[in-house]
Amino acid sequence: MIEIKDIYKTFGDNEVLKGISATFQTGKNNLIIGGSGSGKTTLLKCIVGLHEPTKGQVFFEDENFTEMDFTDRVPIRTQIGMLFQNSALFDSMTVEENIMFPLNLFTQQSKAEKQDRANFCLERVNLKDKNKLYPAELSGGMKKRVGIARAISMQPKFLFVDEPNSGLDPKTSILIDDLINDLTAEYNMTTVIVTHDMNSVMGIGDHIIFLHQGQKWWEGSNKDIAHTDNQELNDFVFASKFMQAAKEKL
Amino acid sequence: MFQSLGKYIILLGLSFKKPEKFKVYWAEVMREMVSVGVGSLGIISIISVFIGAATTIQVAFQLSSPLVPRSIAGSISRDSNILEFSPTISSLVLAGRVGSNFASNIGTMRVTEQIDALEIMGVNAPGYLIAPKILASITMVPLLVVISIALGITGGYIACLVTGSITPADYLMGVHDGFDGLTIRVALVKAFVFGFLIASICSYQGFYTTGGALEVGQSATRGVVFSCVWILFADLMITSLML
Repeated sequence: MIEIKDIYKTFGDNEVLKGISATFQTGKNNLIIGGSGSGKTTLLKCIVGLHEPTKGQVFFEDENFTEMDFTDRVPIRTQIGMLFQNSALFDSMTVEENIMFPLNLFTQQSKAEKQDRANFCLERVNLKDKNKLYPAELSGGMKKRVGIARAISMQPKFLFVDEPNSGLDPKTSILIDDLINDLTAEYNMTTVIVTHDMNSVMGIGDHIIFLHQGQKWWEGSNKDIAHTDNQELNDFVFASKFMQAAKEKL
Repeated sequence: MFQSLGKYIILLGLSFKKPEKFKVYWAEVMREMVSVGVGSLGIISIISVFIGAATTIQVAFQLSSPLVPRSIAGSISRDSNILEFSPTISSLVLAGRVGSNFASNIGTMRVTEQIDALEIMGVNAPGYLIAPKILASITMVPLLVVISIALGITGGYIACLVTGSITPADYLMGVHDGFDGLTIRVALVKAFVFGFLIASICSYQGFYTTGGALEVGQSATRGVVFSCVWILFADLMITSLML
């Protein structure tokens, strides 16, 4: 479980996050949604420690992550997997080396064990036999899947995903969503996903928080979203004609 | 300026924190050594031979008086190569070749979130990315300078053979006469300092890149320009302190 309490983040005079509190439950897909500039990615970066909140605290299973220094955070960080918007694979390494990288640094496993783990992770994301390819040789969807394989290589307790569907075709997007959903259940992870993809929201949104102008505007599940009277959320979720038609059928 | 200096010093401090796993870092140091050393050998060899040859011809041309022994051209050419051309010109060229590579490599990793990925994993990113580059530079640049000195003097010899501006025998006599080991020590100190400046300044510029591809290019340019200026300043300081 991850708990965030009263998170504020300011860049210069620009207050991006204005007192956000939420609890992300274990074994669930927790979605952070909102329009461009609403503070979704900033909130995610505050949670994982890439940005320090101006005010507020983040707790990973009751441990105050915000109060810790870099060294104290390492044991928690080794339990975190993250998939970045552009996958953030290391260009100079092969697919296999990318996946083995955290294992090389933080485990005492033999080379064979690490290779077995890398192969297992690659099979899990349906990318068997791609071990020796470099990131530049992969398609966008394949990069995302390698990113997921790297994120789960250490069997994390917490998975963070930033815009998993950006730049992907609808079919691949669904495949990535299903994969994240399955892995969340399989590893019983606390998964936090930043997205503005409505298919993801409706498909895997166990728990959703909607950000608007840096504030938490709405909280619920994908089952609640069609029946909300929150005007800003309705404007955001049902902006397209397709979604409007879908809402009428619900 | 003081803010940048502070950030630079803090970044250097972070770079030399205890590594998570020495073996992984050592592999990175070796990889960078190959990249800096072997990768730069070609360009350093070419410029050293040509500068050595040109220097010898020019010195021979200027010392045309019958009162000055012809062999003195060999001595002047040797000391010019050891004290100035090999350490300084080679380092300026290395700032362009190696430094721009460091800055653009780290800058690209920054803008494509690869550095964020390292930090999320709990890796000390400055230590993993910058320390191996600095260690590789402070070991490989002196080695390249030694090779450059040898090739510069050889270039002078080839110039004597080809142009006949002075005889090869006079040149070799001049190279041997009055050799002072201090000049080699000065060259090595310069190479060590220049190697450190190239790697640290360019890595700093890359590490704090923000934006996209355009800014990566700007960081690389800034890295090369600042390292060149600091190399020339350090050259003056070391020369005045040691000679």
